[in-house]
Amino acid sequence: MSSDEPAGGLSLAWRATLRRDLVLRLRRPGEVLNPLAFFALVITLFPLGLSPSASLLATIAPGLLWVAALLAALLSLDGMFRDDAEDGSLEQLLLSPQPLPALAMAKVAAHWLLTGLPLALMAPLLGVMLSLPAGSYGVLALSLALGSASLSLIGAIGAALTVGVPRGGVLLSLLVLPLYIPVLIFGVGAVQAAAQGDGVAAHLAILGALLAAGLTLAPFAIAAALRIGLNG
Amino acid sequence: MSLRLQARRLACERDDRWLFHDLDLEIRAGEILRVEGPNGSGKTTLLKILAGQPMEHAGEVLWNGTPLRRSRSDFLANLLYLGHAPGVKAALTPLENLAWYQALAGEPGDEASRLGALERIGLAGFEDLPAAQLSAGQQRRVALARLELTPRLLWVLDEPFTAIDRQGVAALEARLEAHAERGGGVLVTTHHELRASSGLRRLTLGEGGGGVER
Amino acid sequence: MWAFLHKLGSPKGFYAISGRWLPALWGVAVALILVGGVWGLVFAPADYQQGNSFRIIYVHVPAAFLAQSIFVAMAVAGLVFMVWKIKLADMAAAMMAPLGAGMTFVALFSGAVWGVPTWGTWWQWDARLTSMLILLFLYIGVIALRGAFVSRDGGARAASLLAMVGVINIPIIKFSVEWWYTLHQPASFSITEKPAMPAEMWLPLLSMVLGFYAFFLAVTLTRTRSEILRRESSKRWVRALVEERR
Repeated sequence: MSSDEPAGGLSLAWRATLRRDLVLRLRRPGEVLNPLAFFALVITLFPLGLSPSASLLATIAPGLLWVAALLAALLSLDGMFRDDAEDGSLEQLLLSPQPLPALAMAKVAAHWLLTGLPLALMAPLLGVMLSLPAGSYGVLALSLALGSASLSLIGAIGAALTVGVPRGGVLLSLLVLPLYIPVLIFGVGAVQAAAQGDGVAAHLAILGALLAAGLTLAPFAIAAALRIGLNG
Repeated sequence: MSLRLQARRLACERDDRWLFHDLDLEIRAGEILRVEGPNGSGKTTLLKILAGQPMEHAGEVLWNGTPLRRSRSDFLANLLYLGHAPGVKAALTPLENLAWYQALAGEPGDEASRLGALERIGLAGFEDLPAAQLSAGQQRRVALARLELTPRLLWVLDEPFTAIDRQGVAALEARLEAHAERGGGVLVTTHHELRASSGLRRLTLGEGGGGVER
Repeated sequence: MWAFLHKLGSPKGFYAISGRWLPALWGVAVALILVGGVWGLVFAPADYQQGNSFRIIYVHVPAAFLAQSIFVAMAVAGLVFMVWKIKLADMAAAMMAPLGAGMTFVALFSGAVWGVPTWGTWWQWDARLTSMLILLFLYIGVIALRGAFVSRDGGARAASLLAMVGVINIPIIKFSVEWWYTLHQPASFSITEKPAMPAEMWLPLLSMVLGFYAFFLAVTLTRTRSEILRRESSKRWVRALVEERR
């Protein structure tokens, strides 16, 4: 009458959770497309607010693209656990016999696949509009893909902590943005180095190291934050 | 498989107010324990603590004689908890909802068993509609279908009768009794009067005091 | 020893023991700050490059030290609270947060004031000042998160976890900001990097730093004591204490 292999189905549960979250996001395409539209819109504001001069835009393009992408990713964080908390399925996730850090990672992976990765793929297009120097497009996409994975991991801690706080969106930004700064610095650094024709290996290596650190520590922080946030 | 869930000197304080204190209770195989009490008396909190959710409390919960902290994975593998919110995703169909819950429990499951469970719970013909298009009672039934689908010794059910029609209530009551007769245990909160059966016991949570078992 | 620690961990025992230490602690704090302040501001020689404006380090440096130490202390208290469920640790952490934020602000403000004669501007994106600014945001986040929870216990656990996450990130943030700074402009003047300060300059600074730490301890103890009374106001020993004083 009982299953004696509590951890036996972890890969099954992991894949099912990832698939479920992907399906849920794709059924409401707005959730996937809105951050992309936001990203494009913010980038449009800068030439209007500063100047259309290609030389000026080219120098600040790496920073603009990274900051705008970071904000777009931030916008989509709030929904990461909130919907599940409201309909009770987050409670069920916490009571699953599978280890919570692993399951939380499936949700983070789904968030990155449909937020961070599309933003990274779209960034070169907006780079063209900001006259980003040739030769830095690949680095831009790669640095954003690597960096946004770290952003999803760090952001998930904040999203989990504020899951029980009504209208926690602004609070979430307050918690998460200071922690985003290292990723931003090295991400922009990589694109700037590429634009000036310098080597980018060091920057990308540090971004990778940040991601590796995030992958080892964040799952446990997210799990602890979910336990606090849901029953706080 | 043995089933014994005990709570010893359980106490829960919420912002300087005792919800309950010095609460002792025990559930064994074949028993249905109904927790009753007025709104705000801490029924949901008690169920969450007994289901091993991280609520701040004093006292001890034991699963088969071992503190829950140390027997957690074995306990969770034997527990089916249905909370206040049914845990049904509105954008997924009943079949998809059940498939996720099966996978979460570590069982591959199959389509035929899920269809069967939905049919027995009275949702035949609704399997492929997004749950958003179902009524509140039907959504609750999707959650209740998990009782059919995932065999677990201990059921912890928070207000499972909410939004269920009269026929459904009778069927659910019969299901709880059948589970107890087969050697399972049920812990349930409800305002609905359960009909007397051999395994039924009641626990009343009172005004800020300890629970009274009758 | 264990019995003593155990007693210190309970609110009642802590209240009694800290009451005995507190006057001495306040005395030490005031004495050190007075000595360091007067010595540093009046008697220490002026800097050969910056003249008298360098004297602001007697406030800036201790405040900056304390701002960082308090965050670490807060995270340690959070860890103690989460692991051993010692409520006292959380009370102390809750009392430390505003003080830490205040010290960060003092460090930032004194840095800005120091910037006027040195850089000719109120704000310079100097690596240390930028790190300090980010630290202020981290403090604000911890305080805001605690306040956003309806239940005190939930807020306490959330703030503890965030402080721990923050403390792991602070070195990474500092490293990245320093890297960013050297990339964009070669290091010129930094407020704390002094080649071989003479003893009559750094001794008063040492006195100020120690004085600030004593001040921090004294304030935290005092505030934690009043928080104990507030949270335990329904307990018998607090009632007895109130009766006694009446």
